[in-house]
Amino acid sequence: MDYKFTKEDLQEIENLKSRYPEIKPVTLPALWIAQRRFGHVEPEVQKLVADTLGLPEAHVHGVASFYTQYYKEKKGKYVLDVCTCLSCQLCGGYDILHYLEEKLGIKKGETTKDGVFTLNEVECLGACGYAPMLQITNDTYVNHLTKEKVDTLIESLKEDKVPEYEKIEMPLRKNN
Amino acid sequence: MSTENWKTYEPVLIPDIKNLHTIEVYEKNGGYNALKSVLTDKKKWPDQKSVINEVKEANIRGRGGAGFNAGLKWSFMPPADGGPRYLACNGDESEPGTFKDRKIFEYNPHAFIEGALIAAYAMEITTIYVYIRGEYRAYIQMMEKAIEDAYRKGFIGKKIFGSPFSVDFYVHSGAGAYICGEETSMLESLEGKRGYPRVKPPFPAQKGLWGRPTTINNIETLAHVTSVINRGAEWFKNVGAATHPGPILYGISGHVNKPGVYELPSGVPVLDLIHDVAGGMRNGKKLKAVIPGGSSTPVLRADQLDGITMDADSLRTVGSMLGTAGMVVMDEDTDMVDVLWRIAHFYHHESCGQCTPCREGTGWLEKILLKIKNGQGEIRDLDLLLDLTTQMEGRTICALADAAAWPVRFTINRFRDEFEARCKKSVHALV
Repeated sequence: MDYKFTKEDLQEIENLKSRYPEIKPVTLPALWIAQRRFGHVEPEVQKLVADTLGLPEAHVHGVASFYTQYYKEKKGKYVLDVCTCLSCQLCGGYDILHYLEEKLGIKKGETTKDGVFTLNEVECLGACGYAPMLQITNDTYVNHLTKEKVDTLIESLKEDKVPEYEKIEMPLRKNN
Repeated sequence: MSTENWKTYEPVLIPDIKNLHTIEVYEKNGGYNALKSVLTDKKKWPDQKSVINEVKEANIRGRGGAGFNAGLKWSFMPPADGGPRYLACNGDESEPGTFKDRKIFEYNPHAFIEGALIAAYAMEITTIYVYIRGEYRAYIQMMEKAIEDAYRKGFIGKKIFGSPFSVDFYVHSGAGAYICGEETSMLESLEGKRGYPRVKPPFPAQKGLWGRPTTINNIETLAHVTSVINRGAEWFKNVGAATHPGPILYGISGHVNKPGVYELPSGVPVLDLIHDVAGGMRNGKKLKAVIPGGSSTPVLRADQLDGITMDADSLRTVGSMLGTAGMVVMDEDTDMVDVLWRIAHFYHHESCGQCTPCREGTGWLEKILLKIKNGQGEIRDLDLLLDLTTQMEGRTICALADAAAWPVRFTINRFRDEFEARCKKSVHALV
């Protein structure tokens, strides 16, 4: 496939250049822009990023392969990253992961046949107080998961309704 | 301050003020007065050094986990030579159990921005980067908005408050790597490379970003700088524990009724945090163990916690550390073998692979623990694990190997009976 950045993408990349004294640091944000545009950063996309920035393909590949959030292969439309690390483990993160495996009929790391869902087990996402939780395609956090909440989530994602950002108020001690 | 006074403490970092995250409300509540003061009040702040001294005097011990005096760190910067100098703000926040800096991004981003600007002025810094983990997309967007607003109001940019001080401020997003919270790894990532930690020396103050003098501070640490300038070092030193003063954002998670982030003075008794602040143990279960400050800090048994407070000195007496004050609470039903295996899995996954003792060691820790978890371990595997930890610790470029080794050593030592119970009772037969 022939991957091309849009005019807006190129403008965004151009604007990023002024933030740094050299071109290399634009690699990470440019990969983000590419991933948001194409849904992944397969080798061909890495080449596009390298050519756009005038950097060696090997450098871009090195960066893309180091960071877990860059998808080096095509994923489902919605990537569900279930945290099972420490606090989430204690609060039932594995139950949520296994429930999703059963519900979607796939194992972690796999994508459903219709290409809608990819299920991953991930390391700490920094939502320890709101465990168990998952993240949807590097974006929205869904906290305080229960099986019921997972059911609702899957149904709404099937209708392309992505839940909004869940604001968690600071707990106030005086209200105790 | 006695250990009881925390009950009357009023939060200053995350106070209960509606919409404080907006620049208008922040300004109405005295926002950017601290920055204005250091830039324009020459009587109070005759030079940059006077600001550094005040911060040094306050003894803000780095809230990212290392606990080093922030002002002292600033004083390591060499004299300005007209070239670029950098401040890299560490918002990578990836240590399991830690989820506090995101509260600053969400509820009081300008307190952090103002603190970073004061730090930049004090160290004659020309560009500030705030590195935020890629998973925090929502907070990255909030920070970009806050920085944009501060630019618009003239708090960032050229000749701030009419002074000769000019600085730029940018967000740099990570992309999923725990190691990038290590300060030199973060610099590599900012430079657009794989996040491999650098060999020290040279330290970042000498050779940091693009070989130029750089200081790295945690988000919460910089937010405290604003309070120190507003209220004075004396005020800060009188909050909480004498040798580890100031407010702390405690992140409490695990088996408690009201997990969350709480701003309280340092030195709150561990048991008060669990039973009072966090609403006690879930389902009326008994407390079994606590990891006080993120997954790398040594676990403590419930019977070790009497009279122990959340500050470096008190925790040291029972063989642990304050770390990031991200406290993980475990009840009586917790399987310590499972927990330790999961922690080992995390460090194995996150090892960058540069140093052999860490790359291979974290893998072996996980593998042996998995064997024990599955009931296939032998008693001597426990000694093998302990031996491994000594071969990893202090033998690598950065502290990830130490962070992986400590939980293994201390969890086995403090819950040895539980580990032995999971091991095969038979003597290994050489057949």
